[in-house]
Amino acid sequence: MAVEKILGIETEYGISGGPEGDPILASSLIVTAYARFARSSIRWDFDGEHPEIDARGLRGHLQFAPVVEKTVANTVLTNGARLYVDHAHPEYSAPECRTPLEATLYDVAGEEVMLEAQTQANRSLEVDDQITLYKNNSDGKGNSYGTHENYLVSREIPFSDIVRAMLPHFVSRQLLFGSGKLGAETEAGMISGPTYQLSQRSEFFEEIVGLETTMKRPVVNTRDEPHADAERFRRLHVINGDANMSQVATFVKLGSTALLLAALEEFGPSEFPSPPQDPVRAIRLFAQDLSWVDESQSTAFCEDEEGKRQSSWAYQDALWHLAQRYIDLTGGMAVAPSSEISLLMTQWRALLDGIERDPSTVADRIDWLAKYRMIAGYKERHDLGWQSPRLAAISLQYHDIRPEKSLAKRAGLHQLLSLIDSRAAMHEPPASTRAYFRGESVKRYPNEITAANWDSLVFDLGDGPLHRVPMMDPIRGTKALTEKLFLESPTARDLLDRLNG
Amino acid sequence: MSELERIQKQRTERSETSHEEKEASSAKTDQLKADLDDLLDEIDIVLEENAEEFVRSYVQKGGQ
Repeated sequence: MAVEKILGIETEYGISGGPEGDPILASSLIVTAYARFARSSIRWDFDGEHPEIDARGLRGHLQFAPVVEKTVANTVLTNGARLYVDHAHPEYSAPECRTPLEATLYDVAGEEVMLEAQTQANRSLEVDDQITLYKNNSDGKGNSYGTHENYLVSREIPFSDIVRAMLPHFVSRQLLFGSGKLGAETEAGMISGPTYQLSQRSEFFEEIVGLETTMKRPVVNTRDEPHADAERFRRLHVINGDANMSQVATFVKLGSTALLLAALEEFGPSEFPSPPQDPVRAIRLFAQDLSWVDESQSTAFCEDEEGKRQSSWAYQDALWHLAQRYIDLTGGMAVAPSSEISLLMTQWRALLDGIERDPSTVADRIDWLAKYRMIAGYKERHDLGWQSPRLAAISLQYHDIRPEKSLAKRAGLHQLLSLIDSRAAMHEPPASTRAYFRGESVKRYPNEITAANWDSLVFDLGDGPLHRVPMMDPIRGTKALTEKLFLESPTARDLLDRLNG
Repeated sequence: MSELERIQKQRTERSETSHEEKEASSAKTDQLKADLDDLLDEIDIVLEENAEEFVRSYVQKGGQ
């Protein structure tokens, strides 16, 4: 049976400007400005962080294992998120959520957090040093930074089954959830010289399966760091997606992936479409399939392991039907309540039907289409070539997080969430996971919490040894379970006494 | 019939829609065209002035 699909998104934002053009300094200014604004400065507790552990159980593959930087700016927000500097980017790691719609809300709240952080940081910077943030995944010059999704998966599922079952989705889902970009920027991507690609990220993938995230990126990442009871759970760390400006795209990306993982737990891998013979080629090929908007181009196909030709559309269609079978059998409760499941399946279907029949009808929900429409329209109006820097500027400025500059904000994208809710979610934690306990503790006892991470909080009451509160189960620590405890605990000492008593 | 022809035929069949649907869809297409014109006007206003310098200077360090 499927485990509850606790999930969330972490996004490294693109950053420009800052004193001396130093992106690490600029990223630190962003994080510290927001920490000051939110009056929250909490150290990250690295106990329990093991990004070098490989889900395949391999050792000796450590040369490319992620290096954890322990001294950089970091804070934990009252909404349960982590805001910190990762490499040379400010990163917002949203709190764990119970449903795809809730996780979408906390991803959008991250945009609001970054916007506030940028405004706060720029107040103390000279005009020439102003910082601008972008919610995107590449700079157009061969450098990429990630938007990673995380899903709770049962430990009972062998990792090889996850790889086999999920590859068709991971290579094809960019058709619906890619953010699009002008041209190509890697050696592999430039071979066929595409004018436009559906995904920002796809051309950066070089391996099928692996532990690395910063080089030789794998379509399926094996980082085995569950941030939960490792006997029962895995956390599938998905690194192949794009950052979305479209809320519908974020929602359906999370929802479809969660449903397919739940279907895998329910049915096993045999119900899934056959994976592509060459997944790395498939993900790059499907990224360059412009047949949906350009009738002169023919649909891209890859061969699956049974020798059948598959388009990205055919894969998504088959996966939609598989998800529907899973819902017919179980109701989909492991992923979301029935009203949300129904919204999810309707939207997923609408994107698929729209892209096939008339893509202009889903350009309000699919980022690469919204952006393509702008670029193609602007190109025609001003009679520009594909190499025009003005088109490249549109491709980039689509992701500018400032409302007065963002082109995504002008694309007429369908809003699933109200601005009021997104702004409230900057400060309030989700009620449905342990993120509630983390966020409320940070809000109520900011002076006593000395460090935090995903699965524990460390309190310092000034009376000697530190007190660690473990939170190994992501679905405990919810509002329903702990609200009364907080109401009865005006101080951190009260809270710890009650937890121990 | 080759696999490619078969799939293209399927796509065509699926794309066939009723007269009413076509009319509704053409009204929607007109609306979308008007929206696009407004959008392009707005891009002219907000697009970074020196596009070449803007694009050239956007260089990131790689991340995860």
